[in-house]
Amino acid sequence: MSKIILEAKDIEKSFHDPITIPILKKISFSINKGDFVSVIGKSGCGKSTLLYILSTMDTDYEGQLYIDQELMTGKKEKELARVRNEKIGFVFQFHYLLNEFSVLKNVMLPAIKLAKYSIQEIEHRAYEKLKILDIEKEALKKPNQLSGGQKQRVAIARALINDPFIIMGDEPTGNLDKKNSDIVFDIFTNLAETFKQTLLIVTHDNEFASKTQRIIEMSDGRILS
Amino acid sequence: MIKPLIIDIAKSLLLARWRQTLVAAVGVTFGITMFITLLGFMNGLNDLLDGLILNRTAHIRLFNEIKPSTIQPIDLALRNDIHFINSIKPNGHGQEIDNNLAIIASLKKDSRVMGVTPKVTAQVFYNVGKVDITGVINGIDVEAENKLFHFQEYVSHGNYIDLKNIPNSIILGKAAADKMLANIGDMIQVTSPNGERQTLKVVGFFQSGLQELDKVQSYASLATTQKILGKSNSFITDIGVKLFDISKAPAMAKEFLKIYETDAEDIQTANAQFETGSNVRSIISYAVGVTLLIVAGFGIYNILNMMIYEKMDSIAILKATGFSGQDVKRIFITIALSIGLFGGLLGLVFGFLTSLAVDQIPFNTAALPTIKTFPVNYNPKFYIIGITFSLITTYFAGWLPARKASQIDPVDIIRGK
Ligand SMILES: Nc1ncnc2c1ncn2[C@@H]1O[C@H](COP(=O)(O)OP(=O)(O)OP(=O)(O)O)[C@@H](O)[C@H]1O
Ligand SMILES: [Mg+2]
Repeated sequence: MSKIILEAKDIEKSFHDPITIPILKKISFSINKGDFVSVIGKSGCGKSTLLYILSTMDTDYEGQLYIDQELMTGKKEKELARVRNEKIGFVFQFHYLLNEFSVLKNVMLPAIKLAKYSIQEIEHRAYEKLKILDIEKEALKKPNQLSGGQKQRVAIARALINDPFIIMGDEPTGNLDKKNSDIVFDIFTNLAETFKQTLLIVTHDNEFASKTQRIIEMSDGRILS
Repeated sequence: MIKPLIIDIAKSLLLARWRQTLVAAVGVTFGITMFITLLGFMNGLNDLLDGLILNRTAHIRLFNEIKPSTIQPIDLALRNDIHFINSIKPNGHGQEIDNNLAIIASLKKDSRVMGVTPKVTAQVFYNVGKVDITGVINGIDVEAENKLFHFQEYVSHGNYIDLKNIPNSIILGKAAADKMLANIGDMIQVTSPNGERQTLKVVGFFQSGLQELDKVQSYASLATTQKILGKSNSFITDIGVKLFDISKAPAMAKEFLKIYETDAEDIQTANAQFETGSNVRSIISYAVGVTLLIVAGFGIYNILNMMIYEKMDSIAILKATGFSGQDVKRIFITIALSIGLFGGLLGLVFGFLTSLAVDQIPFNTAALPTIKTFPVNYNPKFYIIGITFSLITTYFAGWLPARKASQIDPVDIIRGK
């Protein structure tokens, strides 16, 4: 059995606005290294809410979260920032690239923050990641000069830059057309197969989900399977 | 690694909004320019007015007040008995400082003392035809007086050193000379308190800047004055002491009072009102400068708030990819401080230039013959205070927005998309 990368234990969350509504109810599951997992479910069932908790950005929940066997629950904001920087890569529906910086610099930023390698090395690694996503030619452009699909690929390159344990995506293809969605899906499959990258992707696209190794289906704040 | 990265991000956010940044910086520049100009001008004015009195006044003056002895002979004879004496009168040598040569010698040895000048004051009448005008002749050691109290600067006509070189000479107050219709080279007559008449040659006019003073005061050499009074050349009524550190004057005056058994008055006590005036002028300049900076601070506060509002997404992704709240805060504080530094430095330059301009504006007043333009003080201290102020204000202006940015919850932003 391979190593557990992420583990949720009895995670519960409610919103209190204005009355308390439970959104997540006793969610427990784990993800092994190298898994390519998709999360599906009806709109409003709590997929994004769960992902924000798993990504350590949302700390307002009950239960425990382990990443790389380490308890995240109760850690300080600064420590969690460090965990996200080092161990988690994000891809959202929107690309969130900084228009002030070049594509290359956007990819480099999280690595410069981590400061594990020298700037030259980081630049080299950023080029490698852009190459994997086949957009190294756009490296010196500004993000606003790219197409939607290209932007999303840059966002994936940014998520990869620190060789994270896990990549989390919240409907990363949600804004893309069929062709670009397929490209992104191929990239994820390639990452999972070639680089044994662990992936946890929330999606609406059942066809996309059916091609992943494992599907977690949610309904009304619970995991069905 | 982290520091340059934060500066890098701050810089690109700044440049992306350089127009607004410039406006904010111009606000700081304006505030600092005004601050430097005002402080320079006000302090120039202070120096000038201080110079009117303080430069020319001894830091400590030793003299003998005419008063009855506090210990009367009967006190010594009947120590424990009760006795009454009515109408005690002063007696003896009056204003003369006993043993003045020894006192001067001992003062000169004191390491806190810059210099000592002996002085004789004589109450006289200037005889103008049939009319007598009251006056005071200050007998001075011309060279020492010039060295310590810039005597020369206030001699508006004639050469001050003639006072020493020409026997029986006098430098008249300009206002007194005008009243007497005396010109340089004229002979005038004065009458001493004991009724003796003396003929003196006018070698110059003296303008202190205080009209009242110039109506009565004149200067002559020590020897001439002693002669007018009919006293020997050891007769001294005043000893002026100039210190290296003026602030020590009150304490040292008390000390001298004990040691030399004379009266001793320090400059602070004698001229308390001047200090008040100086302080008020300083306070006004600081108040204006700080007010302008606070206005500039609001400008910075606004631009940062706007920037944060526009850059919500960027802040959210920075936080999602591993920047802590503290990092985000530092980015915005850096932005604020660089506006403060840039605007402030520019303000120093402009402030200096405006000061130079003010320094060129003609300022002629009959009372101050040596002053031709507005006085300006270029003390580097004001420039250091100016830049420090601008950094402090911008820091505080940036602090609230920066804190707000650091508390942005990326989940809220990302969910909103
Ligand atoms: N800040 C909030 N305050 C109150 N309720 C909220 C808040 N955010 C989300 N919810 C509610 O929580 C539930 C789950 O939301 P969530 O965004 O996790 O759904 P989702 O499964 O991601 O939906 P979708 O597929 O449409 O993205 C929804 O019913 C939503 O109305
Ligand atoms: Mg969602």
